[in-house]
Amino acid sequence: MNELLHQTLSGLATGGIYASVALALVMIYQATQDINFAQGEMAMFSTFVAWMLLEAGLPYWGAFALTVVLSFVLAAAIEFAVIRPMHKAPELSVVVVFIGLLVIFHSLAGWFFGYTIKTFPSPFAADAWYGSSLMSAHEVGAIFVALVMVALLFSFFRFTPLGLALRAAAQNANSSRLVGISVGRMLMLGWGLAGAIGAVAGMMVAPVVFLDPNMMTGVLLYAFAGALIGGIDNPVGAVLGGFIVGVLENLIGTYVVGTELKLSVALVLIVGVLIVRPSGLLGKKIVTRV
Amino acid sequence: MKTRATLNASLPTAVAGLSDRTVKAGMLVLLILAVGLAFVLKGYQLFQATMVVAYAIALVGLNMLTGYNGQISLGHGAFFALGAYVTGILMEHADVPYWATVPAAAVVCLLVGYLFGRPALKLEGLYLALATFALGVAMPQLLKYKHLEAWTGGVQGIVLMKPDAPWGLPLTQDQWLYLFALAVAVVMFWLAHNLLQSGTGRAMRAIRDHAMAAEAMGVDNRHYKSMTFGVSAAYTGVGGALSAIAVQFVSPDSFTLFLSISLLVGIVVGGVGTLWGALYGAIFIMFVPNLAEKVSKAAPWAVYGVVLILLMFALPGGVVGLLRKLQAWRAARSH
Amino acid sequence: MSHLLEVRDLHARYGNTQVLHGLNLDVAEGQVTALLGANGAGKTTTLRALCQLMVQTTGSITLDGVALNSRNTEQIARLGVGHVPDGRGTFMALSTEENLRLGAFSRASREGLAQDMDKVYGYFPRLRERASQQAGTLSGGEQQMLAIGRALMGRPRLLLLDEPSFGLAPLVVKDIFAIMRRINQEEKVSILLVEQNAKLALDIADTAYLLETGRVVLQGSSADMRSNDAVRRAYLGE
Repeated sequence: MNELLHQTLSGLATGGIYASVALALVMIYQATQDINFAQGEMAMFSTFVAWMLLEAGLPYWGAFALTVVLSFVLAAAIEFAVIRPMHKAPELSVVVVFIGLLVIFHSLAGWFFGYTIKTFPSPFAADAWYGSSLMSAHEVGAIFVALVMVALLFSFFRFTPLGLALRAAAQNANSSRLVGISVGRMLMLGWGLAGAIGAVAGMMVAPVVFLDPNMMTGVLLYAFAGALIGGIDNPVGAVLGGFIVGVLENLIGTYVVGTELKLSVALVLIVGVLIVRPSGLLGKKIVTRV
Repeated sequence: MKTRATLNASLPTAVAGLSDRTVKAGMLVLLILAVGLAFVLKGYQLFQATMVVAYAIALVGLNMLTGYNGQISLGHGAFFALGAYVTGILMEHADVPYWATVPAAAVVCLLVGYLFGRPALKLEGLYLALATFALGVAMPQLLKYKHLEAWTGGVQGIVLMKPDAPWGLPLTQDQWLYLFALAVAVVMFWLAHNLLQSGTGRAMRAIRDHAMAAEAMGVDNRHYKSMTFGVSAAYTGVGGALSAIAVQFVSPDSFTLFLSISLLVGIVVGGVGTLWGALYGAIFIMFVPNLAEKVSKAAPWAVYGVVLILLMFALPGGVVGLLRKLQAWRAARSH
Repeated sequence: MSHLLEVRDLHARYGNTQVLHGLNLDVAEGQVTALLGANGAGKTTTLRALCQLMVQTTGSITLDGVALNSRNTEQIARLGVGHVPDGRGTFMALSTEENLRLGAFSRASREGLAQDMDKVYGYFPRLRERASQQAGTLSGGEQQMLAIGRALMGRPRLLLLDEPSFGLAPLVVKDIFAIMRRINQEEKVSILLVEQNAKLALDIADTAYLLETGRVVLQGSSADMRSNDAVRRAYLGE
């Protein structure tokens, strides 16, 4: 029984990571109606930047804050320079552009920072009061961070005029302009936020799995699955989905099929959920009147 | 009775506007040139040419599903793998001759594709992308699964033998294999062309363009969509089967998610929703990664990524899109 | 006399297709001006040109002396132009209330937002009932009301309406047009109304312009237009 609890909690911990990346995915989706397949690699790149700042002597929270800001700016710039010019292109061509970005970030990270595995510090002291034998202090901290981010984002989208404008700009650019919204600025803002969230997620993952260019590749799939299970248009759903996927992955890996097949089985389950509830658990069903 | 205009419209549009006889003559010339390559190219180059043919067939499959029917797949590498393994297993464990494994691969993939397509009916756009993505990721893991090792050879895979030319023809193994693949490709392209021009093809495209309207006009979406999945999988499986014979080896790590992504890149670069695009796309995915490495040893994939992005900026319609634009420009000038 | 909106020698094109050929148009402050014409005459294009949306223009467009043709759509909205586009332009996935709140985005200050929302619900009580409902599920008439309400939330000086009667049942249209007349009189909002239904438009308009293939062929007070023989035969069916 204790083992089950431990595995579940461990799943929640990894789930927190998936939840954070899922949040970034939903963020970009809400802002642009695109899925950023390069999200994982961008987060990984940001984490390397943080590592570099730490190596240069900055204190943790200084490096953290600076990395978040830089990631925001870089992501916004990518939206402006690479994604925006493609806004009239067919959907599949845009997917290929994302693939291109994925490959570029991955390759550049390897080139600049090398492929050897590096350690990355956690801001949560190993002997902190909230750590225990069931869940390490970092695991608790990472979950907490994910929850705080989702709370902030949810409030942002739901209750602030800017958040509403962001959603509107993604759904109907022309109508948004007619009410005075600068669509271009909204797109950059959405991307910037996603970049920042991804950076935070990366910095929470790295202490656990160690930092190398392949760090986020597997995470992206689970995050994607989590976002869809929860409902791609819903930040709370994304986080919920991320946690569910984390727990499922861990439990299936431990009790059902062992680590080799856990990926496949978890995915089959996810697809099963989608077939039963195509818009995800918390997603809104958008009705189209013909 | 078909008028000349209709016939023109039914031929590959990369050459639309020319007379029917000119197009048929052109394709014959192309075919002769392709066959001629067998005697001009040597060993390794012939192998590469054979792989291009195999990829082209696979890309026709993916294009049918994504380009003509609007169902996005990020996991078609799984069907490529399935076709390759059907060939591997039949040749290794059942002594089936290589040429018989190709239709076998087609049938198996048709069935599996149809079975996958049926429940996937409920999924649209992103959700289907995820489900196919899952398929693409799961396949290598399944192939490594220890309980299937007796058949699949596990992580080590299966080694195959290249066939000799039949009937004592004076051809090397590489030459024969290339010509065999070419023959299969011609047949498959011809079948695909007829399918896509027929009522079925129109139904497929109607579903892609406006599923609700298609349904309202009596198109059974569920049947067509699953059938398209099946046929698309069959084509990709044939490509996989041919590639297995050419490479003489199947192993799980040859068929990772990266293959699925390459296939998608291939149809977009070649031209989504076109038959000829499959050929251009196959050439791209075969050769550009190697070229990228020549440009930068340290970060070849960064170069590849930049090439991809620049191509999408310049040619959102792929190579075929560019050719059509050039044609239209030439046609406008001659008036 | 200077007008609220002055358009001089307006040419407009979509890509290579020229649609408007040298339009001159005025909208007087506080008045309702109708823009009439058959399908394809260029009426919608005119409204889009005023907002620099989807068309390229040459010529001058001024709102109370401020040039519009050198600005982009969102800037023009913030200057006090409320455009109710053809097809309503509803944000389908958002709620009715969110649609209305978005209308206020173009305002310089958000004070009085709640009262303005109340006022819009006063004009269109049905919207209050559907406040938290997804806007895409509203009927055509309700979406039209929502679109007008959204434009009103921006406290516009000039309201542009593109075919508000389109696809709506006659009773609903009557309702909406009555409310438009009230808005003009109570809020002192100037209105430029594009309509294929000439009779409806002339009933509430003060002045009117008749467009044919991108040119103004007739203009005058609505009374004059109504008694004009050519107009009566071609557009009023009399």
